[in-house]
Amino acid sequence: MLVLPTLPFFLYVALFLLLPTVIVVVNAFQTKEGSFTLSNLALLGTPNVRSATFWTLGLSAISAVSGAVFGALLAYALATANPRGMLRRTIVAACSVLAQFGGVMLAFAFIATIGSTGSITTVIKSWTGVKIDTAWLYDFNGLLMVYAYFQIPLMVIVFLPALDGIRPQWREATETLGGSTWTYWSKVAGPILAPAFISSTLLLFANAFSAYATAAALITQENPLLALQIRGFISGEVVQDTTHSAQVVALLMVVIVTVVMVLYARLQRRASKWLG
Amino acid sequence: MAGVDVAGTAAAVDTPASTAGGPKRRRLRHTVRRKQAAFRVIVVTVLMAFFLIPLISLLDFSTRLRNNSRSGAAWSKVISIASATDASSQKVWQGLVNSFILVGLTVAIMLVLLVPTMTWIRLRLPRLRRVMEFVCLLPLTIPAIVLVVGLAPIYRQIASLLSTSPIWLCFAYAVLVLPFAYRALDAGLEAIDVKTMAEAARSLGSSWVGVIWRIVLPNIRTAVTSACFISLALVLGEYTVASLLSRTNLQTAIFIVSQDDPRFADALALVAMAIGFLLLFALSFFGSGRKARKV
Repeated sequence: MLVLPTLPFFLYVALFLLLPTVIVVVNAFQTKEGSFTLSNLALLGTPNVRSATFWTLGLSAISAVSGAVFGALLAYALATANPRGMLRRTIVAACSVLAQFGGVMLAFAFIATIGSTGSITTVIKSWTGVKIDTAWLYDFNGLLMVYAYFQIPLMVIVFLPALDGIRPQWREATETLGGSTWTYWSKVAGPILAPAFISSTLLLFANAFSAYATAAALITQENPLLALQIRGFISGEVVQDTTHSAQVVALLMVVIVTVVMVLYARLQRRASKWLG
Repeated sequence: MAGVDVAGTAAAVDTPASTAGGPKRRRLRHTVRRKQAAFRVIVVTVLMAFFLIPLISLLDFSTRLRNNSRSGAAWSKVISIASATDASSQKVWQGLVNSFILVGLTVAIMLVLLVPTMTWIRLRLPRLRRVMEFVCLLPLTIPAIVLVVGLAPIYRQIASLLSTSPIWLCFAYAVLVLPFAYRALDAGLEAIDVKTMAEAARSLGSSWVGVIWRIVLPNIRTAVTSACFISLALVLGEYTVASLLSRTNLQTAIFIVSQDDPRFADALALVAMAIGFLLLFALSFFGSGRKARKV
């Protein structure tokens, strides 16, 4: 009886969160007639999906690592600033906003910047007379740059608490014992921050891996990412989807993101050992 | 490295070793501080340029014509969006109205589902707390694009039971905001003594509905506000689910308009981003904002 008041919540979640997930997983292993099969998974070996998998993994990895490095630098710059100062408050607030900005609008903003008639393209043309090539914006490198726009701020938000957990006394202790700045970073702060840094990087990886809207608005003709492959299958570019292709790709995405998030959660616990 | 200012005071108070280090050490500390300040200026300037240039470009692009002359046409369309009769303005207006209805419905579902359940679990079923937390954080590991694949057949049912109206997207959106809303509300409930308050109210004859409505809600006002703000921002920015289920909301409308009238779309994008920015900026000064974001 005690459970009764919690039923609406659990029923709702079962219907709109668990059921869709179960549908994806079950359909991935079903023929159109509904019997069990593993043959749908053959899709994962086809050239299109294979290259989309590598693209997505590569993009997520590079954008996670570069976002983590730049984000950590910015976070460190903020950690050394006055904790109650305007600079830090404003940038932290701005980052918490920008981390959410992975939408269609972001694609527009970059097209307006370095698209074929974008501001920078136009400025360069009027100064030097050279019309720069802008096709890269709609390719791997373009996505990398656009993703940095929400990855760097996300890193600042998740990594700053770890930097704040570093005690100034640790540096003083290092100096008192004769250690240099290098000793401090390689033997003290580095190892303490490493789990937090790696777990934040994993979070950024999952974030890039799951992102859809920006890439969808930027790349409309092809489907080079897993998320875009799903778009292709859903919107019926493949007329006869007899093998539940969307579900198979969706399953692959869930599996990868889940693995990454489990690692993230473990490292996060490890990170809080010193910096809690 | 939590602030050099803090380091200074901490050293003065409880670590005599570093103050006794003499002028050499103090000079070292001074150089470190100056290096940090220079580093701060460089990093912040470079990154701010990266973040500001695309926004400035939106403004530039939305007012620049092909022959490089200026025109405010796109912006006057934005200003008169509610009354304009051209197809693209009407499309965007429709999307905007849909999105605001969706915000209302999503926030309502979110609060009705979460507040009573979270309160009840805190009071009577503490064993279920981990389960509920796990369930609420689950959408973080299930990308929206994946959720859409599973939601498609469910929305086909909804279309035949209710209608194909975009407002039913609220069911999916309530799931998408779950992790963020849960974190915000959980922080709010953590900060008050729900148990004592509820017992006091019950012993004075209040009903359970009364406890939620008159005792819990007013006491977690800030948490509720931040849960609402984050839901607002997420729903207004949502594109994935709406576009793949072919429903019109603000984002899908702007995307469609961008195909024929990129200047209008860019002006709208800038306005939408500015509004989103102000909303979340306000939220981040609420205090629990950072907790709500920390993933």
